[in-house]
Amino acid sequence: MTVELLFEKSQPGRRGYRLPALDVPAAGAGQLVGADLRRGAEPTLPELSELDVVRHYSALAGRNIGVDTNFYPLGSCTMKYNPKVNEAFAADPAFLNVHPELLSECGQGTLAALHGVERMLSEICGMAEFCLWPAAGAHGELAGMMIIKAYHCSQGACRRKVIVPDSSHGTNPASAALCGYDVVTIKSAADGQVDLAALAAAMDEDVAALMLTNPNTLGLFETRIAAVAEIVHAKGGLLYYDGANLNAIMGVVRPGDTGFDVVHVNLHKTFATPHGGGGPGSGPVGVAARLARFLPTPYIREAGGRFALQSDRPDSVGQLMAYTGNVGVILKAYAYLRMLGAQGVRRVAEHAVLNARYLCSRLKERYTLAYDQPCMHEFVMAGLTEPNGVRTLDVAKRLIELGMHPPTIYFPLIVHEAMMLEPTETESKQTLDEAVGKLLQIAEEAQADPQKITGAPRNTPVGRLDEVRAARSPDLVWKP
Amino acid sequence: MPFIPHNEAERAAMLQVVGAASLDDIFSHIPAALRTSGLRLPPALSELELLRHGGELARRNQASGELVLFLGAGAYDHVIPAAVDELSHRPEFYTAYTPYQPEISQGGLQAIYEYQTMIASLAGLDVANASLYDGATAAHEAVLLAVHHTGRRKVLVDGAVNPRYRSALRSYARNLDIELVECAAGAEGGQSAGLVDETVAGAVVQLPDFFGRLCDFSALADRLHRSKGLLIVVLNPLATAVVKSPGEMGADVACGEAQPFGLPLSAGGPYLGFIAARNSLVRKLPGRLSGATVDGQGRRGFVLTLQAREQHIRREKANSNICSNQALCALRAAMFLALLGRQGLREMAEQCLAKTAYAKSLLAAIPGCALQLDGPGFHEFVLKLPAPAERVFSELLGRGIAPGLPLGRHYPDMQDCLLICVTEKRTKAEIDRLAAELRACLGR
Repeated sequence: MTVELLFEKSQPGRRGYRLPALDVPAAGAGQLVGADLRRGAEPTLPELSELDVVRHYSALAGRNIGVDTNFYPLGSCTMKYNPKVNEAFAADPAFLNVHPELLSECGQGTLAALHGVERMLSEICGMAEFCLWPAAGAHGELAGMMIIKAYHCSQGACRRKVIVPDSSHGTNPASAALCGYDVVTIKSAADGQVDLAALAAAMDEDVAALMLTNPNTLGLFETRIAAVAEIVHAKGGLLYYDGANLNAIMGVVRPGDTGFDVVHVNLHKTFATPHGGGGPGSGPVGVAARLARFLPTPYIREAGGRFALQSDRPDSVGQLMAYTGNVGVILKAYAYLRMLGAQGVRRVAEHAVLNARYLCSRLKERYTLAYDQPCMHEFVMAGLTEPNGVRTLDVAKRLIELGMHPPTIYFPLIVHEAMMLEPTETESKQTLDEAVGKLLQIAEEAQADPQKITGAPRNTPVGRLDEVRAARSPDLVWKP
Repeated sequence: MPFIPHNEAERAAMLQVVGAASLDDIFSHIPAALRTSGLRLPPALSELELLRHGGELARRNQASGELVLFLGAGAYDHVIPAAVDELSHRPEFYTAYTPYQPEISQGGLQAIYEYQTMIASLAGLDVANASLYDGATAAHEAVLLAVHHTGRRKVLVDGAVNPRYRSALRSYARNLDIELVECAAGAEGGQSAGLVDETVAGAVVQLPDFFGRLCDFSALADRLHRSKGLLIVVLNPLATAVVKSPGEMGADVACGEAQPFGLPLSAGGPYLGFIAARNSLVRKLPGRLSGATVDGQGRRGFVLTLQAREQHIRREKANSNICSNQALCALRAAMFLALLGRQGLREMAEQCLAKTAYAKSLLAAIPGCALQLDGPGFHEFVLKLPAPAERVFSELLGRGIAPGLPLGRHYPDMQDCLLICVTEKRTKAEIDRLAAELRACLGR
């Protein structure tokens, strides 16, 4: 059942690609690179034919599932369908073959699309300007923190602390720390929202910002957001919006209109670019007008229908990447947004919420709803109502056996046995009903035959793997 | 409605189950004052209209076939086997996310493990991670690793490290109380040895350096190790198919940009940051790691491992904030390396060497031109012109040749220098044409 490694399949002398014959005077590496600078040991690279390589990766693809193959309600990750036309749009060689140093000279079409994404995201989020360069959500958070720091320093006091709720994604405190901030974690209120008293108590003039996701990671809209903003702003702090859950509210609520000063969005979540097995994503960062001068460089400037990149900006937090971010990803988001239009954007949020709430309504008899309030685009359950020894991990593994990608499990950390489901708007009622059927079947099995669940999965290429062994004696590279 | 499958009857049935009167009603718990009255966005396009619009945008880019690239400077024009595009578009790969559930992610996890193996080996080091964003951010993560490992705040950065990377390093370091000491880009690489002392966490050098030169950093590694600092080599991993690897020079960390391995230029991204290190540093590496283990029946399988380093467990105490990385780009690089293979990659590197040597001999013979900072190199070199490099650059660009990077953009005292790159993709005819056009341009 195991697929041999590339190196195990290797046969001496076999090749999978042929270069054109050398058409200049040949000079071996021996002549051009002196003995003292030549590589000693041969690198561990396989020797395979093209067909060997094709069969290998086809076999590996068969041991993976994606949105295209299975329902994938991985909470907080917005695993919506990735329209194929976006791939076709971005695959034009005229986009793919632009050298980054020639973007202004030879990439006017690319820049027009990038500029379009900046404007559309600004409108959707209620921000003045956007910078598209952060390469992922966490990178966008870091960029946002850098902007916030530059702003406060420009006001004369850099401030040392950033507040995050205990329900926040781990990247929030990590990003704040990587910008040199001390992280203050506040407990959520009994209803899962920000505890206003705890926030007021933590808020002082050394706090640079509060980082918040809305809807929050429990899938609940922070209905007291106006009061939250008032508490933070009253002490001169800024409000940071983690756009992980923008899919729930786009076209309905604009973060900027609710008091947020800085936002990042995830193009690979909300704007339908593929997750790629863990990237490349894209995490554009947007700001209110008074923060625009701090945005990362370069800026896209339009003059007379031509676009240019501008890096000469003294107040900018500077360059984040070698070039202009994950351009190929941003082009796919551009295509998606142009297909949606304003009404389509709102329809996405409406159906994302409708689907989640429908799933939640159908499951809450047999699974403990962590917070019994109207959910937005996702919801969190604290395991089975009658677990009978069956844990959330077991439910997840049994779902795999039943042909569905499990929800996010054991996050957020504040919910015991957490299972977080986010169906997204692209799933049909039939798919949701099937998922309900599977989850209710598991609830029955937990009573009748719990071993059936705790022994899962049995129909996958491997069963549950020994993660302790993997961590104790790490085997991270193949050795002959 | 694009990409939303619900029909009217289904919507009505679902609204009834959730107890809402209408789609608007599902947002009724959100205070009305917070809700927007509507967005102003460009009108929705059909698929056909979108593709027509895409074609119009693409035509505003200069068509690549008309432009011959002798421009590298960190982003390189190399061959990409057709099978890379075909295989990396398998939806089981590109529509999956981070392999949190290993039983249904063995394909991705095994591919990452194989990628880690090949990258670590090319770097001459023990381990590599699953990927970082790009070369610049990889260099920053390497600096962070050195700072965390040594508990020291000072890091030396060689002036011949890619100026764009140095710029990004400065952006991040200024918020972290990390002191970056930039050393002048001298005639010899590895200038920083004289500055190493007990307060230095590490030194960052580049191989080949920004000017294309190859340099043995072994002495610098020894000097750093005597005071327990780390040598970080920013590496073009294609070069090490033939060139002494960072590991063989005594480096502790290699990082950089693996875009040469199967990733299109794509105006700068998505690219592929990588980081490799000695075993002793594995628990300080940022990002994802795929590790081999076994299941209950003893079958080999792969999992994300050593996750206790990461942000979803350690939050503000994590090594790095990275979550999504560049997994699909790493997959492409692995496919590229599998197809080129041991012989193919060496031949590709050797062709770069031979074609660069040919171009050097031709261009240095043009009256008034001279090689600058010359020495053993890989596929880039500096040509000093008897004219401003920006003028030559613009003129040749107008004639369909990108002749290199005008170095004055990054080094004010090099206004008359071009950084020229010749990969295996350039033909003899194209190199001859570059020489002829340059000669003509300088004669005007």
